[in-house]
Amino acid sequence: MLADFGYGILVVSFLVALYSVGAAIIGVWRKSAELVESARRAMLLTWPLISLSAASLITLLITNHFDISFVYEVTSRSMPTYLKITAWWGGQAGSLVFWSWLMSAFASLVTLRKWDRDREFLPWVIVVSGITIAFFLSMSIFFENPFARMWFDSSGNVVKAMVQPVGTTPVPLQPDGRGLNPLLRHPGMIIHPPMLYLGFVSFVIPYAFAMAALITGRTDDRWIRITRRWTLWAWLFLSCGLVLGSRWAYDVLGWGGFWGWDPVEIAALMPWLTGTAFLHSVMIQEKRGLLKHWNMILIILTYALVVFGTFLTRSGVLSSVHAFASSPIGPYFMAFVTITFVASIVLVIYRWPQLRSDTEMKSLLSREALFLLNNLLFMSVLVVCFWGVIFPLVSEFFTGQKVTVGPPFYQRATGPLFAGLMLLMGIAPLSAWGHSSLQSIGRALWKSALAALALIVLVFFTYTKNVIALIGFYLVALVIFVTLQEFWRATRARQRAQHENFFTSLARLTGRNRRRYGGYLIHLSMMLMAIGILGINLFQVQTQGTVPVDGKLNIQGYTVQYSSIAAFPGPDGRQVTRAVVNVYKNNQYLGQLYPRIDYYPDAQQTMTIPGERPTLSDDLYIILVDWQPASSNGATFKIYVNPLVNWLWIGAFIFIFGILIAAWPDKDPEYVPVVTHNKAHQPSSAD
Amino acid sequence: MWMKKQLRIIAYVLTLLLVLAGLWVGSAKAQTPTPPTDDQVNAIARQLYCPVCENTPLDVCPTEACRQWRELIRQQLSEGWTDAQIKQYFVANYGARVLAEPPRSGLNWLIYILPPAFILLGVYILYRALRTWIKPSTAAPASSESDAKPLEDEYVAKFEEELRKRN
Repeated sequence: MLADFGYGILVVSFLVALYSVGAAIIGVWRKSAELVESARRAMLLTWPLISLSAASLITLLITNHFDISFVYEVTSRSMPTYLKITAWWGGQAGSLVFWSWLMSAFASLVTLRKWDRDREFLPWVIVVSGITIAFFLSMSIFFENPFARMWFDSSGNVVKAMVQPVGTTPVPLQPDGRGLNPLLRHPGMIIHPPMLYLGFVSFVIPYAFAMAALITGRTDDRWIRITRRWTLWAWLFLSCGLVLGSRWAYDVLGWGGFWGWDPVEIAALMPWLTGTAFLHSVMIQEKRGLLKHWNMILIILTYALVVFGTFLTRSGVLSSVHAFASSPIGPYFMAFVTITFVASIVLVIYRWPQLRSDTEMKSLLSREALFLLNNLLFMSVLVVCFWGVIFPLVSEFFTGQKVTVGPPFYQRATGPLFAGLMLLMGIAPLSAWGHSSLQSIGRALWKSALAALALIVLVFFTYTKNVIALIGFYLVALVIFVTLQEFWRATRARQRAQHENFFTSLARLTGRNRRRYGGYLIHLSMMLMAIGILGINLFQVQTQGTVPVDGKLNIQGYTVQYSSIAAFPGPDGRQVTRAVVNVYKNNQYLGQLYPRIDYYPDAQQTMTIPGERPTLSDDLYIILVDWQPASSNGATFKIYVNPLVNWLWIGAFIFIFGILIAAWPDKDPEYVPVVTHNKAHQPSSAD
Repeated sequence: MWMKKQLRIIAYVLTLLLVLAGLWVGSAKAQTPTPPTDDQVNAIARQLYCPVCENTPLDVCPTEACRQWRELIRQQLSEGWTDAQIKQYFVANYGARVLAEPPRSGLNWLIYILPPAFILLGVYILYRALRTWIKPSTAAPASSESDAKPLEDEYVAKFEEELRKRN
């Protein structure tokens, strides 16, 4: 009964979303403010409606309604209630409803803003978000219905449908569900998808405004100014999603790393790449009135990649092209991506003449030229990623041969591009809008460049002689020194002018130019992350061995001594096999670690949870390997030493802090600084 | 004559010695007491991908099938197979998907050629764009013309906006 109610409400919200699209278009057509207002109110109605449907689904999940196919697949009686709730986005069908729910929340939020100055955008923002919501809802309604029940057809196969199809018999009520995939029961995986989805859906808002700007012909930078903070928040969520996903992989997947260049990971990285390029290139349009076409294309690409990323992970296309062709949602998804992408590009072409630049580029070393280079590098990484994900499908489609595109390919192809981006991070903050010369950049750069060189000489003699590492660390040091110098210089100047103490000056300086100094903080955090990435990729060592009780394994000065092993039932029905090992470094006792294997009988799956000992210099990461059944006379361990990897997580925290500084709402969000032409030619201090 | 006989004996003895030495060396090789270590097995398994799962390196794949494949690698190593032979065996039996990268042949060249081609195209487009933007002196008359247009557009746009506001 509740299932029928939930499904009915889902259908109603779909119709309401369609109505708001139609009413908005007709409202513009007939110049009827009432119809547009009606469309706006319909859009505001979608969120409470989908919430109601979601509430029904959650109720079904926590009350063990195993007659519902989705509930049977993702929950079991032994799961705690909070996990049953998070199972909402743990499975395919529920996660699509979750997507629509978040999307409608953002669409509602945006329709609630003050529209006085941008009335003409409103109907088109409603149209774009309405179409997106309707598309995702239609998928839940027609293809991936989370409320569907299970029926046996004549040949004994399970069919999912709301009402009994002809010639089927009901599947008897199951005593227990299959339970959520244990991999998804980890806290990282509980927060990771909502973060990623939040990032995905919030990028729809700047896209909607971009489309509104194109359709109405109001192609100045107003749409960019309105959506600046939306974009930053979208970027924050997407970045958090990526970082949480990496941490989850590191803690749960038990292969000693956090990023495996898996297509699913890349699907989330691709919109991040275009989004990051967009964040940089909109500044050029705001400051200099250049690159209007390009910004449009970037936000269109980001939107397309958001939907495409969801498509990649949700349609089964990655396991095989044939699975894609046989799944109903694959072609439907593909059609939606293609149609929206082509329509958007057609709009850009239609408005091409209006999007012409206001000014011209003056110098190859100006900040706008360097930002363009940054965009080129981001696009290059995107091309590598996109083609790497797509190629196995192309190969399977044309030759029937499946191939793997793995880490060696991506590392080789993107390594130099990331190095280029780091170099730009070191130079671009020193360049000025409009015009810079080699001399002016050189004057600002030489101290940092020299200091970084001195540091690298030190690293060469004390840490590593690996050339790639030395280049990488040099760039890291360069960017850190340049950025700190920028903070120092501006703070000192302010301190002298305002007679404040250093920290007051630093705080006020950052507070007044949050976008600029938040951005620099993000650069710094990126460099810390780069240290971690270089460390684990270049210096990771591993060993594996089977040892008896009290037996030892040695690696990189660490000694790991197997002490004992025990098997016992865990709190939520899982079977835990937990080893105790003593860890020594250079014969000094450091403590115990507890690598373990959890077996989930409901899902019939195991999870390998490593024992980790994090320090700033490295991470000792011990896995109890399930190669052989663990017994009391011996156990197999795999031990990784991951140098410097913890800088990645430290960097991630600073990164989030940096975005919060840059994205925090102003007291008056409608305040728009007027950039005159004379001013635009001078190096600007605030961006 | 005597010399010849002596030589023949020496030849026999030498041959015997050689055969014995050969046998001894051979047996010594066959009886290598140390089986391949887990690390040696992993070093090869790490370069291979699970033939049945999605994008999982063979050294970390937890499935039973992969456990057996790792045992196979151990056995092959103990029989003296080289890394290349083992990889070739896996490719022959399970297809190119067990390799971390597509083999450089046929259609697969596309994966290696297309990204650099696109990036070069991007560099070229950027170069052309920068060149046309940064050399305004030669295109001075044209630019003054194009300057005039946006101005007019801007005026019209402002006018339109005012009208809209009044509506």
